[in-house]
Amino acid sequence: MGDNQFWYHFKDGFRSIFAHGLMSFASVCMILACLLIMGSFSLVAVNLNHMFRELEDENQFLAYVDENYDDQSARALQPRLEGISNVASVTFVSRSEAMANFKETLEGRQDLFRDAPDSVLRDRFIIHVVDIEAMSETVEQVEQVTGIADIQASLEVADGFLMIRNVAGGVAIILVAMLVLVSVFIISNTIKIATFTRREEIAVLRMCGASNWFIRWPFLVEGVLLGLVGAVLAYLAEWGIYGLIQRAMENSGILSIITTVPFSQLAYIVMLVFLVVGFAIGAGGSALAIRKFLKV
Amino acid sequence: MIRLTDVYKQYENGTKALKGVRLEIADGDFVFLVGRSGSGKSTIVKLITGEIQATAGRLMVNGYNLRDISQKQIPLMRRTLGVVFQDFRLIEKKTVSENLEVVMRAVGATPKEIQRRIPYILGLVDLSEKGHRYPNQLSGGEQQRVAIARALANNPSVIIADEPTGNLDPARSLEIMSLLVKINSMGTTVLVVTHERELVNRFDKRVVAIENGRIISDAAGGYYNNGR
Repeated sequence: MGDNQFWYHFKDGFRSIFAHGLMSFASVCMILACLLIMGSFSLVAVNLNHMFRELEDENQFLAYVDENYDDQSARALQPRLEGISNVASVTFVSRSEAMANFKETLEGRQDLFRDAPDSVLRDRFIIHVVDIEAMSETVEQVEQVTGIADIQASLEVADGFLMIRNVAGGVAIILVAMLVLVSVFIISNTIKIATFTRREEIAVLRMCGASNWFIRWPFLVEGVLLGLVGAVLAYLAEWGIYGLIQRAMENSGILSIITTVPFSQLAYIVMLVFLVVGFAIGAGGSALAIRKFLKV
Repeated sequence: MIRLTDVYKQYENGTKALKGVRLEIADGDFVFLVGRSGSGKSTIVKLITGEIQATAGRLMVNGYNLRDISQKQIPLMRRTLGVVFQDFRLIEKKTVSENLEVVMRAVGATPKEIQRRIPYILGLVDLSEKGHRYPNQLSGGEQQRVAIARALANNPSVIIADEPTGNLDPARSLEIMSLLVKINSMGTTVLVVTHERELVNRFDKRVVAIENGRIISDAAGGYYNNGR
């Protein structure tokens, strides 16, 4: 198809949008809603991941050594712990180091424990994990090591974040799938109305030997244009809503500790995804609608 | 050239529309296909344009065997035909020139060809001054002339006019029929489907009469007798 032919079909498709403006408006609104919901859930998931990564900087737990082990025997456990998969690093903290650290946390009340022997505390290992999602399994493996008497790990926090992220991801997938189907249906109906109002024209074109693609192009252009307009509007709305929520979080007391990803970091990928999905919904809806009109 | 050899057509509801039709229309012929409503005229047109398939028999249209034709070849076959309908079927939102342009574009004509040919065809149907008008700004006779111009746009070898004067008064009908005769004199084969006896009898042309799915007469310089 030459440039000239392309512009001919483009103008035809463009004009058709305004010929049944109300349905076109409904289509754009549906695509906008679909992309906005999809985008919002995706951005929530992105931010949870971001928070998760920050949490992973603190992804450590403590493994206490059996009290009967002397310093040398306790240190000898380190290679075994380092050999466990998902363990990023292992740091040995002796009883005396642990007591010194503990006293530092007392801020002026160190006198209370001045005479306490180091032996009231146990030798311990600070263990960092690579993947926080596999933290529970790593804790279990460490517990199996002979000489490890006890574990102190905040699994609830990790599990909580994981659950929120997974729920947000799952809900997003279900909602997006439903909305994509509804959008395709609405676009398809819009194009069906367009084909119905132009059925005489299609019949004449078929009778004079037009190829199926010649008949199909204006309707595809119309569907794709509706999809892309919906995508651009959804992008602008997403940008505005994201900014509003960010500012609200910054200004609120408790939520201000949560760091969010700046929209500028996500702008290109959000725009790209919205345009691709808008294009696909528009083209898919049109293709569905005009199938029956292309029969010889 | 159009040739129907022992063509039968039975519709899905059991109606036997054609019962062994034999008809040959040579290049350059002018033929009136006449008959009462339900006699099988429209079925013949639909078979020739590839809208429906024959139940049995052989059908050749401008070198295409319509019994074996593939879906992809049907548009190519149709480009050798120009069809004129009783209700004109013009695109209301396009001007006269744009109505012609769209069918030329549909077969891949270049902008240069379109610019050259449209004024020529509008001149042929005596509408040179009305290219920028919309169909609803024209009279019935003028609209049918636009439809004929559109049928001629891609320079087909055969024009099929299905009841082209059905919506026109006698004076406009005569005008349209004279235009079709003029087009035929320039070398285009013309098949006119009609049941207007007086109009047919004003022209000394071949008349093929059909009744109950059978050709009952075929005479050059024929006469349409409504009673037969």
